[in-house]
Amino acid sequence: MKYLALIYAAPGAGPDYGTPEFGPYMDGYRKATETYQRDGVMLAGEALQDTATATTVRVRNGKTETMDGPFAETKEQLGGFYMFECANLDDAIKYAAMIPTAEHGSVEVRPIMEIE
Amino acid sequence: MASDAIEKETRARKTVEALARADTGRLLGALLRDVRDFQLAEDCLQEALESALTHWTRNGLPSSPAGWVLQAARRKAIDRFRRARTFKRKAEEYGLLIELDQQTVDSQEPPAIPDERLRLIFTCCHPALDSKTRVALTLRTLCGLTTREIARAFLDATETMAQRLVRARHKITKAGIPFEIPEPEHWSERLDSVLSVIYLIFNEGYSATAGPDLLRHDLCLEAIRLGRLMLELAPGDAECEGLLALMLLNHSRAQARLDDEGGMIPLDRQDRGQWRKAEIEEGCRILDQALERGRAGLFQLQAAISALHAQAASHTDTDWQQIVLLYEAMHAHSGNPVHLLNRAVALSYACGADQALDALATFEAGLEGYQPFHAAKADLLRRTGRFEAARESYHRAIALSGNESERQFLASRMAALAEQV
Repeated sequence: MKYLALIYAAPGAGPDYGTPEFGPYMDGYRKATETYQRDGVMLAGEALQDTATATTVRVRNGKTETMDGPFAETKEQLGGFYMFECANLDDAIKYAAMIPTAEHGSVEVRPIMEIE
Repeated sequence: MASDAIEKETRARKTVEALARADTGRLLGALLRDVRDFQLAEDCLQEALESALTHWTRNGLPSSPAGWVLQAARRKAIDRFRRARTFKRKAEEYGLLIELDQQTVDSQEPPAIPDERLRLIFTCCHPALDSKTRVALTLRTLCGLTTREIARAFLDATETMAQRLVRARHKITKAGIPFEIPEPEHWSERLDSVLSVIYLIFNEGYSATAGPDLLRHDLCLEAIRLGRLMLELAPGDAECEGLLALMLLNHSRAQARLDDEGGMIPLDRQDRGQWRKAEIEEGCRILDQALERGRAGLFQLQAAISALHAQAASHTDTDWQQIVLLYEAMHAHSGNPVHLLNRAVALSYACGADQALDALATFEAGLEGYQPFHAAKADLLRRTGRFEAARESYHRAIALSGNESERQFLASRMAALAEQV
């Protein structure tokens, strides 16, 4: 099954760029990604630019409306994702728990819908 | 002839009902191993039970009713697969099932029913489901309780409970919650979840509103039955033994803790002659066996406390010093301040209420919104003669209580206080 691991964190919750903690934190990501590739479970994975760069698009009555920023005011913001190919939810949870942001943010694991 | 038909119908109905209650878990487990779809397995089992009633009324009982039902349920699953649009694509996946069907067609022998209940328990108690759902699903699939019965136990509307169960089955299938026993390294953490579900079922029956509602008592017995099953499936697990011992020991007092109006009788005023000896003996025996394994966990510690109560000739003769130590061990294990509260109460019997009040002051902040904290504090204040302060604490406790029988008990204690002022 395919799973998307959505990585959420509150702004400023993780180590900042330039601090001594930042290096090991990024290292954690590198190691996690290597593990996923080695185990053959990684289908995709990207980090997103911060939410200040986001634009929300809605179509209402055939008219495209754009809005600055993310759609909803949420404390934790989507910062990136991985997509895994795993046998079951337990495996997906195991890999999601290796994502360094899981330690200060949260990771939502959702199965990808199979259209039959 | 007519009476013969009625007799056949009655026998068929009784057998189907007995199967639905006692063998649901075993049948569902076996079926799930083949079809891997929770909702489908339950639907097919339900249909098979319905057609069993028709067939057996007409033709009499088969040699193995459970085997007959399993075979019928498998056929119904295969029929559904064949009808499904996606059959061709899925045919390979269900090859095993089709193979099974070929085998059973050739023979009249009922199929053997593999015991898949352990997998079923781990699936129902998966940590990706919320705890109330785990309890409900366990009662539904392993104990064969109806949705209406489960709803009644939780004081929910049947409709609400039905939706909860549908969502749970949906999640198990769509999110890929595995139908399997976890890897050895996850065994203990997952087993904890399973054992706490069983204990939640027990407590739902044991500490809920009293009254003539028999289902609540049934829940205690279902939980004990599940506890025995777990021990059969995971023999030698010390916490499994601890849980079963705890439930037996607590249950031994079931008759003595309610008065004729269904009011709660506290431990110190229970008629110890009503405590059931057989359950105490069995509980103590299982607990001793568990403690010898040298892997004390929360259930064993709790059972040890319950055993000390069960073995004491009276409330004052209880080994309170030992109970204080056991609560300390529980707190060290869990970090849960409720264990400190219980320790303080035990301390009041071992060393006096003043010492206990001093102990309470050290963790008051953590339990501000917890009803039993205020009830315990009120009682300690009463015992040291500080009646006005005791009344305030009773007020606080009553305001926080969500259970009518409990509120009445607290109010009667508060009323008794007025006579002393």
